[in-house]
Amino acid sequence: MTVAASTVEAGAAHSGAVESSASLIQSVDWVAVAPPTIVAVVGLAVLVTDLFLSDRNKHLLGWISLAGLTAAGLFLLPLTDSDSDARSTFCLSGPRATACSYTVDEFTLVIQLLVIGGALLTALLSMTSLKDARNTDKELPEGEFWFLLLSSAAGAALLPASRDLATLVVALEVASLPAFALVGLRRGDKRSSEAALKFFLSSVTATAVTLLGVSFVYAATGTMHLTELGEKLGNVDGQLDTLARTGVVLTLVGFAFKVAAVPFHFWVPDTYVGAPLPVAAYLSVVGKAVGFTGLILVTVVAFPEYADVWGPALAALAALTMTAGNVAALRQQATRAYSAVRLLAWSSVGQAGYLLVPIAAAGYADQRSDVLEATGATVAYALMYAAVNLGAFAVAALVGRTQALNRVSDYRGLYARSPLSALVLAFFLLCLAGLPPGIIGLFAKVTVFSAAVDAGLGWLAVVMAANVVIALYYYLQWTALLFRAPQGEPVKHRVPAPLTVAIAVTAVLGVALSGAPQLVLQFAEQGVR
Amino acid sequence: MQFLLALIVVGPLIGAVAALLPAPPGLKGKSPDQAVLRHGVTVTGVILAAAVVLALGFDHDHPSKMQATTDISWIPALDVRIHLGIDGISLPLLVLTALLTFLCALYSYFKMPAGPSPKAFVALILVLESGTLATFAVLDLLLFFLAFEMVLIPMYFLIARWGGEQRTQAAWKFILYTLLGSVVMLLGLLLIGLRAGTFDMVALATDNDPGLSTSVQVIAVLAVGIGLAVKTPMWPLHSWLPDAHTAAPTVGSVLLAGVLLKMGTYGFVRILLPIAPDGMETFAPYLAAFAVVGIIYGSLACLALARPGAKGDLKRLIAYSSVGHMGFVLLGISTMTPTGVNGALFANIAHGLITGLLFFLVGALKDRTGSSDLDTLAKESGAALYGKAPRLGGLLAFGAVASLGLPGLAGFWGEMLALFGAFKPADDLSRPAFLTFMAIAAFGTLLTAAYMLIVVRRVCMGPTAEAEGTPRLADVHGYEFAAWTPLVALTVLAGLWPAALLGLTDPAVQQLLAGGKS
Repeated sequence: MTVAASTVEAGAAHSGAVESSASLIQSVDWVAVAPPTIVAVVGLAVLVTDLFLSDRNKHLLGWISLAGLTAAGLFLLPLTDSDSDARSTFCLSGPRATACSYTVDEFTLVIQLLVIGGALLTALLSMTSLKDARNTDKELPEGEFWFLLLSSAAGAALLPASRDLATLVVALEVASLPAFALVGLRRGDKRSSEAALKFFLSSVTATAVTLLGVSFVYAATGTMHLTELGEKLGNVDGQLDTLARTGVVLTLVGFAFKVAAVPFHFWVPDTYVGAPLPVAAYLSVVGKAVGFTGLILVTVVAFPEYADVWGPALAALAALTMTAGNVAALRQQATRAYSAVRLLAWSSVGQAGYLLVPIAAAGYADQRSDVLEATGATVAYALMYAAVNLGAFAVAALVGRTQALNRVSDYRGLYARSPLSALVLAFFLLCLAGLPPGIIGLFAKVTVFSAAVDAGLGWLAVVMAANVVIALYYYLQWTALLFRAPQGEPVKHRVPAPLTVAIAVTAVLGVALSGAPQLVLQFAEQGVR
Repeated sequence: MQFLLALIVVGPLIGAVAALLPAPPGLKGKSPDQAVLRHGVTVTGVILAAAVVLALGFDHDHPSKMQATTDISWIPALDVRIHLGIDGISLPLLVLTALLTFLCALYSYFKMPAGPSPKAFVALILVLESGTLATFAVLDLLLFFLAFEMVLIPMYFLIARWGGEQRTQAAWKFILYTLLGSVVMLLGLLLIGLRAGTFDMVALATDNDPGLSTSVQVIAVLAVGIGLAVKTPMWPLHSWLPDAHTAAPTVGSVLLAGVLLKMGTYGFVRILLPIAPDGMETFAPYLAAFAVVGIIYGSLACLALARPGAKGDLKRLIAYSSVGHMGFVLLGISTMTPTGVNGALFANIAHGLITGLLFFLVGALKDRTGSSDLDTLAKESGAALYGKAPRLGGLLAFGAVASLGLPGLAGFWGEMLALFGAFKPADDLSRPAFLTFMAIAAFGTLLTAAYMLIVVRRVCMGPTAEAEGTPRLADVHGYEFAAWTPLVALTVLAGLWPAALLGLTDPAVQQLLAGGKS
């Protein structure tokens, strides 16, 4: 799959080169493309290294992957120079030199940070899971696991930088295809393969629809580049208007699937339960990031002319998604097997609804600055959500080590067994619910509300208000359970180091952000350029 | 001064964190439980002392001026500033909160409610205190919302963990109701802030042309008003209150009635009256109508509960009486006159003192007899508290007559001023309508007197002769005296010298209603 990614990059460069008569060789800004490239290269390196490692040394692969992701994260630093303008590469030459396929701007950097950070935390969780699985019958093949995880992360990191529809779709696929394999990776586990199949079939359908939409848009305008589309869609021939309009709607489908918006949300609970827990965490954060990044790019950059189409559509989608997710989460029974993961899965559907609200609000904005503010609110919310949701999954992974069924009722009395992880989980859940002491959760919700109110979407704000109350019910129920008297004698377990680090990092992030919400909310202020 | 105010708001939070940590050597006390309860008394005591010093240092010649202000930018993205300050309206509430929390901590030190470890109990009480104090001290709409939400989780756990029968449902009802209200309130606050371009309460209140059109104000008042009305609570949004009060532990009830309800009415005075006067004017008659329905409804409910054979719970009865009393507060606010609003603020404080005392007394009674059910207590002929525990009976009778508004005690002035306000409402409001409301509310005072006297008769009086077979009740303990005396004393003081309080609130109210011009 990484090969596919590089082919496309090369392909984009190729098409640029063909059109340019002046220079046949295009210069590539290697620093700009470094983060996704490093992740992809390390992924391949891991796959190859796996062949030469004895079973005893397989754990080294995890460390290599961690190092690779850290390096990719560090390579974001030279790009953060705020003085310079956005860096672009793989541009068309000649008269259309403004259209580029790969652009690094603030938006790209923030999402890449989110993706790489999310993958890093997932990797920390995976190290423990892989180690625990090593001596059981449900063994996970380590080399493939790390390769697939890194490939998917490479695609996810490429996506926010893509500025043409072809690269966008390919990045989406590079992020998704390894994810199917990751879900079904557990050998000899029926549930795992079923989940993967379900996930695969629904995803492929959605992508096919998106491709159809892209082809419609291309037919109507004759261009793939988002910035050019933004200009050209304004004066589409009257006859082609219906075609372009249909294309716009169909294009959104594939991304809506990744965000797990209604009606593309049925795969979520079964997939999360069937997948290894770190993979579920990865899908809930990075998978969603991929979806809403694509949505923002497509709607705000490429299709601003059709805001009257996608604005109301996304608003309705947001309302339906949050309601469906929260109501389903409410109906989860605490004693059912895997109910904790199921609850997190449904709640992530509800959260996806909140993420969509500001994007929908952007469809109603009159000024460019309002649009940027609205999409910035989504980014701010996503950053908050990524930190606390990964944290919640990390604690769930911790509990899952001793309680294989991972039911919500297994969390009863967690405070007596391990006070710190109970307090931290309570904090994460209250952040997700948006109540103090989860101050960052509260203010992230306030930004989303404020985007809706500002855009005049009062009804959506009211629907969201009702949903916040529903969500509080199940989050708080879980939280309250943590502090109940435990059944039976508490057994202390040693917490593995990588898991401790993951929980600590997310907790520190959550607390730090609660003290200084400006760190993420700044994106909702000036927008993400 | 401003450090003092900041300490009052943040101090309890630090105390709450410290309560969760193991006690340092030298402060371990007899047992960890005793040490942490003592920690609670110490922290709330320090906060009370700070609040008293703040009140002494308050410039009483200019109570309408914001004092001890702090104004730091916190989240520029949302335009949220840590803007703290107090004036004549918030100072009494701040001191009342600090006092009641201290008394509750003191009471729990000797009489810890049955439930899990006191460690969490103390931490939750302190977070609750911080949230309520912050509500009265902040001058930023979003910070107000944050403080408003901060009390939810602690109160939920206080009811659900240390409460009596049916505590789980009661706790859920409390938190879901209040959260639904406050989320709607958030929408209203955002509407005000986004349209006016600032979330600063002082700027919004003094800016005479904040760019809020009448229609925006109407929507904002509706949204914010619903949130505040749930908290107050206003009939018909009150149904969480009786359950929560009945199930909550004694100190939970005291804080709920004494402090948390005031957050709602305070919001009306601080936010809606000055910032959205046009919208408030539209809704004032409806608010008044709901308020008087609440007065009558609360009284009738109490009468029904006080009837022999009704199996009325005393805590539930006092909760319903709160609905009636808060009706007077809302009536005073809805007149939009200085008289009415001053009356409302006075009734606020009076209700906090008197109802706090009543809940303490009923809690003590329940601890002694094992029941707060009126029929179980009184049997056929009366509980004869005067005979069995004369001091307790006397205090209960005192609380009851104070609650029914006996002149000379705190309960009288607030309700009378609210009625006066309704007699002559603001110029743009319909006078005949308000005269009707006044008449109905005045009738409500009669009903209040009726049920309170029935309660006194059934609980305090009765034959003592048959009491030989039953064990004698312990009379008031020393720590109970310590916790209750301040409330009794202040009730008498406020009743005899209302000017002390009105002198603080009146200039500030005049300024608020005049749109910042004094």
